[in-house]
Amino acid sequence: MKAILAVQNFTSDLVTTFWTPIFVGIFLAIVAYALWPRNRAAFDEASKMPLRED
Amino acid sequence: MNQSQSEKWMTHGEAGLAVFFSAAAFLCMIAAAKALDAAFAFHASLGAAASLAAAFVIFNRYIDRPAAWPPQEIDGRPNYNFGPIKFAAAISVFWGIAGFAVGLLIASQLAWPALNFDLPWTSFGRLRPLHTSAVIFAFGGNVLIATSFYVVQKTCRVRLAGDLAPWFVVLGYNFFILIAGTGYLLGVTQSKEYAEPEWYADLWLTIVWVTYLLVFLMTLVKRKEPHIFVANWFYLAFIITIAVLHLGNNPALPVSVWGSKSYIAWGGVQDAMFQWWYGHNAVGFFLTAGFLAIMYYFIPKRAERPVYSYRLSIIHFWAIIFLYIWAGPHHLHYTALPDWAQTLGMTFSIMLWMPSWGGMINGLMTLSGAWDKLRTDPVLRMLVVSVAFYGMATFEGPLMSIKVVNSLSHYTDWTIGHVHSGALGWVGFVSFGALYCLIPWLWNRKGLYSLKLVNWHFWTATIGIVLYISAMWVSGILQGLMWRAYTSLGFLEYSFIETVEAMHPFYIIRAAGGALFLIGALIMAYNLWMTVRVGEAESTALRSPVALQPAE
Repeated sequence: MKAILAVQNFTSDLVTTFWTPIFVGIFLAIVAYALWPRNRAAFDEASKMPLRED
Repeated sequence: MNQSQSEKWMTHGEAGLAVFFSAAAFLCMIAAAKALDAAFAFHASLGAAASLAAAFVIFNRYIDRPAAWPPQEIDGRPNYNFGPIKFAAAISVFWGIAGFAVGLLIASQLAWPALNFDLPWTSFGRLRPLHTSAVIFAFGGNVLIATSFYVVQKTCRVRLAGDLAPWFVVLGYNFFILIAGTGYLLGVTQSKEYAEPEWYADLWLTIVWVTYLLVFLMTLVKRKEPHIFVANWFYLAFIITIAVLHLGNNPALPVSVWGSKSYIAWGGVQDAMFQWWYGHNAVGFFLTAGFLAIMYYFIPKRAERPVYSYRLSIIHFWAIIFLYIWAGPHHLHYTALPDWAQTLGMTFSIMLWMPSWGGMINGLMTLSGAWDKLRTDPVLRMLVVSVAFYGMATFEGPLMSIKVVNSLSHYTDWTIGHVHSGALGWVGFVSFGALYCLIPWLWNRKGLYSLKLVNWHFWTATIGIVLYISAMWVSGILQGLMWRAYTSLGFLEYSFIETVEAMHPFYIIRAAGGALFLIGALIMAYNLWMTVRVGEAESTALRSPVALQPAE
């Protein structure tokens, strides 16, 4: 139980202290994913999705 | 196997819902009998009648339907479920006109107070939440439910999940609107802006909304397209966030379970902060994220151009998600809310300008290569002008969130003007554009009854909006300046009634603008009605070669 609490405190401390850099990091990762050259073709394809007829 | 299929059984959903509604009818009858106030008795009776009707309709539908489930696909094409969408789209037009009409009435009440008729039910205080809820939740909400159910099916190429669940969402949501709206007229309110419905309406909405989330999620889960189109991300963010906001802002303890009055769990400034965390994110996720989903599907579809930058749409989406939720405190500048929280709200509001304009640019630039269509297609023009209004309102919003600007603008008509440039220009126009696309698609019509009437709608409503927002800018800034004017001796220069007198001409101009907007919506209703009644059916023969293309 003590061990669980220690882990909980550690994570909650980490999040409450570092939430700004954590969120900025997650956001930068998303930006990198969006701009990654290898994803370009897939995103170009996705941009045409509304135009497909079935 | 075939034999067992021809044997007809009630599904778990049908049986479960029939039992649920029968029990609900019984419970509502007891509540109506034991009610402590007349409004609660009325609502309990409505609940009993609706529950009985629902149980009856479920049995009736069971008797009429074939034994087998509706097929997921017909001739290799998804068998889309359009019934609930048709209902939501049609009733959104009705609620829109009702909401705009009440708006016109209360605008006229401000110019000519005699129009309050000295009756409690028609007083400004009761009609104002009726207006805001009718346009935001009844009109906007039904447009969002209709378009989300359409877009998620089309972009996932799969039939909507659930059999009765989509109907439960659409009808249950509109029943919530009925309870909320009649409640306002009868004086039932928990006095939280945009969250006025009392505890029992809130509980019902929670059930409906969770079902909405499940229907949407399960449709995404069984999708045939590997990629989830960006519009669905926006719809999902809208549905999830509204659920969280609704639960956070409404934990109330009823005085009695047989009465309408309740008390909120939060107290004092915490309650105020919760309220505007809710209120601003209702703007951010109901009136923005949901309608941006409409932009990302309907503008490319109508312009027949791909989304300008899909990468920008991803960044736009996540930037909005990360930033919007912190902006609420700008509604509480110069109040008991701690200063740091006010500054935090202001800072995030200013940062929001960037993703907002990123989205606007993405919507507008989707027209690159198709700009000429703006001249010939008034529906596309309506959609594009809505995005321009979005850009304008999201520039003005951050500006007004700056504390020094807010010290002039807050509590004045400037706020009303700002809200309406967003509501009429952005949400209204993008919804009209979507309905002009959606109604012919749903009823399988070649096109609209009359593009000329769309043009009339566009110009009538545009002039109405311009009158409305310019009148409110002048009126609001005038009002704010008059409030803060001092004489050389340090006394306030104007009494309150002098500011009201100065604003009178602008109230009349505003009401005229609202009247034009309402006339535009009536033109739309006639046009859509005629599209369904006499519109030329789209020939299916024309469509099949297109469908065969992938196999060629």
